[in-house]
Amino acid sequence: MEKKSEYVIKQISVFSENRPGRLAAIAEALRKEKINIFAFSIAEANGFGVVRALVDNPERAHETLTDMGFMVSFTDVIAVKMRDEPGGLYETARILGDAGVNIEYSYAYSGKDAAVLVLRVDQAEEAIERIIEHGGELLSRSLFT
Amino acid sequence: MFWNNHMETLSGAELAALQLKRLQWTVRQAEKVPFYRAQLREAGVGADDIRSIDDAVHLPFTRKQDLREGYPFGFFAVPLKQVVRIHTTSGTTGKPTVVGYTRQDLENWADLMARDLTMVGLTDDDVFQNALGYGLFTGGLGFHYGAEKIGMTVVPSATGNTKRQIEMIEDFGVTAINSTPSYGMRLAEVAEEMGAELDSLNVGIFGAEPWSDNMRKELEERLGITAYDSYGMSEMYGPGAAFECEERNGLHFWHDSYFLEIIDPETGEVLGPGERGELVVTPLVKEAMPLIRYRTGDITMLMEDRCPCGRGQKIARIMGRSDDMLVIRGVNVFPSQIEHVLLSLPEVGEQFMVYIDRKHHLDEMRIEVEINRECFSGELKDLARLQAHVAGALRETLGLRTSVTLVEPGSLPRFEGKAKRVIDRRGEVW
Ligand SMILES: [Zn+2]
Repeated sequence: MEKKSEYVIKQISVFSENRPGRLAAIAEALRKEKINIFAFSIAEANGFGVVRALVDNPERAHETLTDMGFMVSFTDVIAVKMRDEPGGLYETARILGDAGVNIEYSYAYSGKDAAVLVLRVDQAEEAIERIIEHGGELLSRSLFT
Repeated sequence: MFWNNHMETLSGAELAALQLKRLQWTVRQAEKVPFYRAQLREAGVGADDIRSIDDAVHLPFTRKQDLREGYPFGFFAVPLKQVVRIHTTSGTTGKPTVVGYTRQDLENWADLMARDLTMVGLTDDDVFQNALGYGLFTGGLGFHYGAEKIGMTVVPSATGNTKRQIEMIEDFGVTAINSTPSYGMRLAEVAEEMGAELDSLNVGIFGAEPWSDNMRKELEERLGITAYDSYGMSEMYGPGAAFECEERNGLHFWHDSYFLEIIDPETGEVLGPGERGELVVTPLVKEAMPLIRYRTGDITMLMEDRCPCGRGQKIARIMGRSDDMLVIRGVNVFPSQIEHVLLSLPEVGEQFMVYIDRKHHLDEMRIEVEINRECFSGELKDLARLQAHVAGALRETLGLRTSVTLVEPGSLPRFEGKAKRVIDRRGEVW
């Protein structure tokens, strides 16, 4: 069995007030540092939000944004390659549901050869094991360091 | 330890009778002042109408502004010949307020101060460094005579030359120090720089400006003392009108010399024990300058519980100024209450901003607080939980629903000197 932690990826989560220009400032800072953003999503609540991003160098992104005064933390996520056929999303959701794994949130992006589903789950190791068991393909953390 | 056991523990009917007798005397004394003669005539009350202490409520208030308008000697009830000392309070604007003392006033004041110092355990074995300004300010001389009265060895160091102050503490074996809390912090700083241990020091007395419990802790740790809060103002002779006992849970206000009321600063209505409002003081033994229902502008409350030390009425430590009070949907709110709540929550910083708007004829209060960097988990649900937690804590203390906005650490304005944390936009016309 492969080491499951190989598939645990560090997402950066950045606190952002709902003020114009905050998202642009984050993107600009990462661009200057030549940090590539694979995917991001914004979650909003009453007056504030969290910007979630998958980048090619999370450590440096964390440092850069912290130096700028942003509040940043790492969040463990997994990334599943989606089969390019109908029902791909349903299948992943079913596998995790059957295993009793909760999906807290997810977002997707289209990678080089396939669409990728980023998942924040409550039991990462269990999720990884079940997805591999069912022949699914996960992105390795080595892509994001 | 008691200086005047009988007076300090007087209670019930005996206290009420004494207060009544002295209130009647005070009103009679005030009637010698043209301002009060006019005021009392207008209110339709005189000394003879005061038949119980509860009748005080019929007397008119005296405001700081009234005293200013009496400059210089307009509030003296005795000829200048009988006035043996004058102090003034520096007004931030315009003329100062002048206060006068007869020989008996100075005697009364020193006696109250002797009670204060004895109450915190000081005796003629102590060496007392009085690091408050001497001169027109009441702080220096007020403590000085009380300390001498109980026989302490007094070092009238006044303020300034902090290095020399530290040397005196060490060389003279000073056991108790009196200063403003901010000067106390300065003393700690300089002592640390000098590597002075201040071994002899046991007691610190601080007053003349508001200070927090956090500051108390810091002063105690850095100076190696037990710190006590003192309260007073020149209109009540000076410092020493109220003082903490060894319980350090509220300040005993000398009930034989001052009659206290707490009022709603908006309506003037008298509030009960445990209710926060403006302190109104009627001194009961002042000869040269009697005052009736003087509005101090200080916010506090009468404490309900009897103190284990056996003395009488206590007030809570001063919580702010009535000028800072906000009325939100009919509820009185003080910015210091918000600060207090935030200080008790480690997840947020102590900086805050308050925005008040009126939407659909309803006041809306929104409070911005900074999240503590270490408490950011990256999860939106944790932020929402924190927001609800802060709003809940505020609601519990203020008795008011507020909306809380979480902002980035370091993003709120920092203030030097007087903070402008409240933006009240209700008066604005759109
Ligand atoms: Zn007590």
